[in-house]
Amino acid sequence: MKVLVPVKRVIDYNVKVRVKSDGSGVDLANVKMSMNPFDEIAVEEAIRLKESGAAEEVVAVSIGVKQAQETLRTALAMGADRAILVVAAEDVHQDIEPLAVAKILKGVIDAEQPGLVLAGKQAIDNDMNATGQMLSALLGWSQATFASKVEIEGEHAKVTREVDGGLQTIKVKMPAIVTVDLRLNEPRYASLPNIMKAKKKPLDEKTPGDYGVDVAPRLEILKTEEPAERKAGVMVGSVDELIEKLKTEAGVL
Amino acid sequence: MAVLLLAEVTGGELNLDATSKAVAAAAQLGEVTALCAGASAAAAGEAAAKIDGVAKVLVAEDDSLGHRLAESTAALIVSLAGDYEHIVAPATTDAKNVMPRVAALLDVMVISDVSGIVDGATFERPIYAGNAVQTVKSKDATKVVTIRTSTFDAAGEQAAAAVETVSAAADPGLSEWVEDHVAESDRPELTSAGRVVSGGRGLGSEENFELIEKLADKLGAAVGASRAAVDSGYAPNDWQVGQTGKVVAPELYVAVGISGAIQHLAGMKDSKVIVAINKDEEAPIFQVADYGLVGDLFDVVPELTEKL
Ligand SMILES: Cc1cc2nc3c(=O)[nH]c(=O)nc-3n(C[C@H](O)[C@H](O)[C@H](O)COP(=O)(O)OP(=O)(O)OC[C@H]3O[C@@H](n4cnc5c(N)ncnc54)[C@H](O)[C@@H]3O)c2cc1C
Ligand SMILES: Nc1ncnc2c1ncn2[C@@H]1O[C@H](COP(=O)(O)O)[C@@H](O)[C@H]1O
Repeated sequence: MKVLVPVKRVIDYNVKVRVKSDGSGVDLANVKMSMNPFDEIAVEEAIRLKESGAAEEVVAVSIGVKQAQETLRTALAMGADRAILVVAAEDVHQDIEPLAVAKILKGVIDAEQPGLVLAGKQAIDNDMNATGQMLSALLGWSQATFASKVEIEGEHAKVTREVDGGLQTIKVKMPAIVTVDLRLNEPRYASLPNIMKAKKKPLDEKTPGDYGVDVAPRLEILKTEEPAERKAGVMVGSVDELIEKLKTEAGVL
Repeated sequence: MAVLLLAEVTGGELNLDATSKAVAAAAQLGEVTALCAGASAAAAGEAAAKIDGVAKVLVAEDDSLGHRLAESTAALIVSLAGDYEHIVAPATTDAKNVMPRVAALLDVMVISDVSGIVDGATFERPIYAGNAVQTVKSKDATKVVTIRTSTFDAAGEQAAAAVETVSAAADPGLSEWVEDHVAESDRPELTSAGRVVSGGRGLGSEENFELIEKLADKLGAAVGASRAAVDSGYAPNDWQVGQTGKVVAPELYVAVGISGAIQHLAGMKDSKVIVAINKDEEAPIFQVADYGLVGDLFDVVPELTEKL
């Protein structure tokens, strides 16, 4: 079985996000970019499937600017076998919407014929939580989102999902789209020798046109603003003072 | 302009809080038809009919809809979609599972986690863990939207609207439900609770997390947790508050042994009153807290529980 893992290049989760003062977006020039944390978990899971013999090949795919090569090299250094970069934007500030990403991924999948797609549940930049579900719809495949456990059982996958009420386990027909949640695994770090090896692994470049996809956005971004600031509060010296303030000042007790 | 609203139905029961908050938001867009789908959904339909702003209820009962599996639920919604300009749901895990699938089947974008409605095509939504708020205008004919319930007040009650039944769409038979692990609790539900007490890595163990539960019970509060507390096994996954967990906005949020990473703040910074208890006076949580108390939680929390 071949496993396909879509990985997105996003602002590093540790970076303090700065909204541009003209309201045109978030400043991404010269900030640290990394692989979307959920996608690291997906890559890790794919590699573990390969190590356990359930998968033969792991292919990482990224859609975006040319610099997403770095993200793909990270996936290769972790243990993916090859990578495909679909160059769909020139400016780092141009985000490709989940619908267009899903359409491109469908094109890649039609060509690659994987048995499983492991994607992240959510990109931490646009916070859409949509691409895996959309891709599954376009392919007419089964979907299992927010996975905290994945077991491949022949023609099916048994997936435990993190849901509002707790956990739900479902059995989905393969080929399937699985989106991964935080508790699925702890991604490994790439070792230096593997980083060196990754430089020699194949990385193909494509364009949206190769798959006949128009990436023009459906959602026009009118403006991007800072959220309302909270007023600074006060420090209290004791439990008694806290209770007193909550009763009289805040009126919540 | 007509709105189809996917009501939140779990095990045949309506989640009134999430649904009525989504109805309040959807009513700004047009006349709301609420869809209650499940293996049994009639009782949920009766309840949804009484939410102020619901003009009509559609009930779809079929075994294939029993556990809100994405494929069958999305197929049902798509079979009804032609009559509506907006398809809306509260941004629960169920709806986040289903609605992007619906959108892709209709060849439109989904607009996730909407925190503000400007007009029928224009919506506000938080991005980057709530560090920015984006206003987007949809060019699609059908707008598929999930609503961040914590930013809308619940709709009130009304005399019951009409209820009709509709049939399920053909089940693509791609997935089957195996089991649920759902903890029964007498505590209020996290996303609708008026008070929330959350614990973080500072608690140090699952046993110690009981300190949080005791304080919560004294306050009649729901219990929440940071990702670190969940990852460490101190608390179950459905207690996680944050960017990738639940979003809450109670009257009172008490954060204990939580540092205040942006991913956590994303889920609670719209709370009305925030209390932070942390032994590190530099902890970022104090920057959003209305009342901060520097101290060892193992002293402070028992004392607070005792004195309340
Ligand atoms: C993709 C991604 C998604 C994420 N999503 C979420 C999310 O949804 N929700 C979330 O919460 N996090 C999320 N995180 C994790 C987040 O970045 C932080 O790592 C996490 O919130 C830290 O949890 P914490 O505050 O409990 O732990 P820590 O940061 O370790 O803080 C523990 C705090 O406890 C205090 N403390 C320790 N002992 C005591 C004591 N005896 N008395 C008083 N105080 C004490 C310490 O001073 C410290 O401030 C996410 C991260 C990533 C990368
Ligand atoms: N531009 C992209 N390139 C590769 N994968 C992506 C891209 N956008 C989204 N994805 C995948 O889809 C997941 C969910 O993203 P989103 O729907 O944008 O929240 C991510 O975790 C990735 O696995």
